[in-house]
Amino acid sequence: MAMDVLATLISALACGQVRVVDLTQTLTEDFPTIVLPPEFGQSAPVRIEQIAHYDAAGPAWYWNNLSFGEHTGTHFDAPAHWFTGRDVARGTVDTLPAEDMIAPACVVDCTAGCAADPDFLLTRQQLEAWEASHGRIPQGAWVLMRSDWSQRKGAAYAGLRGDGAHTPGPDAEAMRWLVQERGILGFGTETIGTDAGQGGDFTPSYPAHHYLHGAGRYGLQCLTNLHLLPPTGAVLLAAPLKVHAGSGSPLRVLALVTGDEA
Amino acid sequence: MRDKKNPTLRTRHPLLPPAARSTAAHLLTAAAAQGRFALPCCTQCGRFAWPMPEACPECLAEVALKDAPNEARLISATKAEVPADSYFRERAPWWVGLVQMGCGPQALVHLHPAAQVGDALDMTLMLDRAGQAVLHAGPIGGDMTTDPQWQHMTADPRGRRILITDARHIAALPLAIALAGAGAAAIFAGVPEMWKPLPQREALLAVPGLVLVPLDVTSDRSVADLAHDIGGKVEILINTADLPRPGGLTAPTAQADARAAMETVAFGLMRLARSFGPPMTARGADGPLGAVAWVNVLSVFSRAHPPALAGYGAAHAAGLALCHALRADLATGGLRLMTVLTGPTEDDWFQTFDPPKVSGKALAAAIVAGLQRGLEEVSVGDLAKDLLQRLDENPKAVERALASGRI
Repeated sequence: MAMDVLATLISALACGQVRVVDLTQTLTEDFPTIVLPPEFGQSAPVRIEQIAHYDAAGPAWYWNNLSFGEHTGTHFDAPAHWFTGRDVARGTVDTLPAEDMIAPACVVDCTAGCAADPDFLLTRQQLEAWEASHGRIPQGAWVLMRSDWSQRKGAAYAGLRGDGAHTPGPDAEAMRWLVQERGILGFGTETIGTDAGQGGDFTPSYPAHHYLHGAGRYGLQCLTNLHLLPPTGAVLLAAPLKVHAGSGSPLRVLALVTGDEA
Repeated sequence: MRDKKNPTLRTRHPLLPPAARSTAAHLLTAAAAQGRFALPCCTQCGRFAWPMPEACPECLAEVALKDAPNEARLISATKAEVPADSYFRERAPWWVGLVQMGCGPQALVHLHPAAQVGDALDMTLMLDRAGQAVLHAGPIGGDMTTDPQWQHMTADPRGRRILITDARHIAALPLAIALAGAGAAAIFAGVPEMWKPLPQREALLAVPGLVLVPLDVTSDRSVADLAHDIGGKVEILINTADLPRPGGLTAPTAQADARAAMETVAFGLMRLARSFGPPMTARGADGPLGAVAWVNVLSVFSRAHPPALAGYGAAHAAGLALCHALRADLATGGLRLMTVLTGPTEDDWFQTFDPPKVSGKALAAAIVAGLQRGLEEVSVGDLAKDLLQRLDENPKAVERALASGRI
């Protein structure tokens, strides 16, 4: 039976009934990373250093050394990333359940609000309105906040000003509700963090991190191509690198969508 | 306005003046590198000598270098129209003078063409394009910079295109202003992480001839990309990239901060050297405004290492060590590498250090003056000068003082 399901999936992929959408930003050296006050420890940026390129350093092969922080590029936040999730069982990327790496996704279109206000906040009321149109958010689903922020570049993407970053995100009640009353698997954004740029001033501070990881749930950020996903029906494949005791990792995030919707 | 290069003509290969010197003569090299006028002087009879002797020509006692008065009088002048040496022949006519120094010796010097026999002269001990100490003389009070021979031995920003690697450095804006004031033809100011705000963006862009370019010295790709773009245009590179992060060996972020500082100060220099070194070295004889100098702005803590700046000092020590390799590479094209060792600067990272601290303007002025004088070693700020002097005299005392939190 299981073989039949997988064979059906492969067949659907082959004939275009199911399509694969890449939700991943290219891992590049100049992609903005989270900025903390400089007296704190800083995430290493992405660096790609050539070892050999069919040259004297290696005549027949090409390869690079990579270095980056766990939270660079399109990346996954594990529960252990935040203090609220420090005691969660299987809370690091090497121990988290593999079955959580494939899950359905709900996409909430916030593009109009984000275009009008870089500090746009996704609220519980907006989520309830979304449910009125698309049905109840299933337990164990990803909720992806579509902002079209990924179409911005450089400074416009980072949104940094003298008083911090100005990028959209969820408000505190929205995150509490999603985690505690809908039991979501995780929350994903197109911006640098799962929280709004000004989320440090919310109560609790950085509510997406606070509620998600405290409940053993996950974060995805720096996603792209969310405009290619339907509000419901997509399936996400999000498998972080199996880093020993890792708090997160860059990863390739893929979505499966049925052909009509892709 | 720069004269445009004729693209059908071959760019000349850099030639150098004769470089052979005795070991003892490099005492003069050290003085010339720092812009001091010093001559060999007998430790017994006190007579000055020239050229550098192995022992006192009068009493055979040991000689040591000693600061000397720099006035002289011109005995004779020679205009060499067809010098035998290829370097000088390419630059002929070349003026040579025989001078009587006020402190005693006679010497053959590179001579300012305006000097007449009998004139009182100012002498300068300077480095030629081979990096060796030579004497130059010109009329007292005269403008030495009008002498083509002086121009060959200095690195004047006038008419040249200059890259400042980090526009976020405290000295970047005053440096750009000073370079523009000194006649730089173009100033490229590198901006790491363009996506972060650049507080002085408008002020920088107001500097005549300045353009902002993306440059992150911690990235192979960023450095290589900019070198592909402008590497063939840069005649002076001023590396201001730095990452001051105070902290001792056991500070919470010590290792990450030290690694980041190394990436910026040491490996960043290697990346710049790899990408900009060869095209600049190849243009060492590219006309009167060819590539001429590379400046590395480093901390004086590269030489003496306070425990409270453990990783930072180590990164700068590594950067300074790499300068020696880079200097040797650049020397093949006749380019000068000038190290500028600064004391703590007036920015937030050195907030807790006692004054006097070095302002960006003072640092900028020292860099431009060093280029105009053709120096190889510059120290900026009272603290840096004092620390270096004490280090020469009693290095262990400096180490103990730094260990106890004093500088």
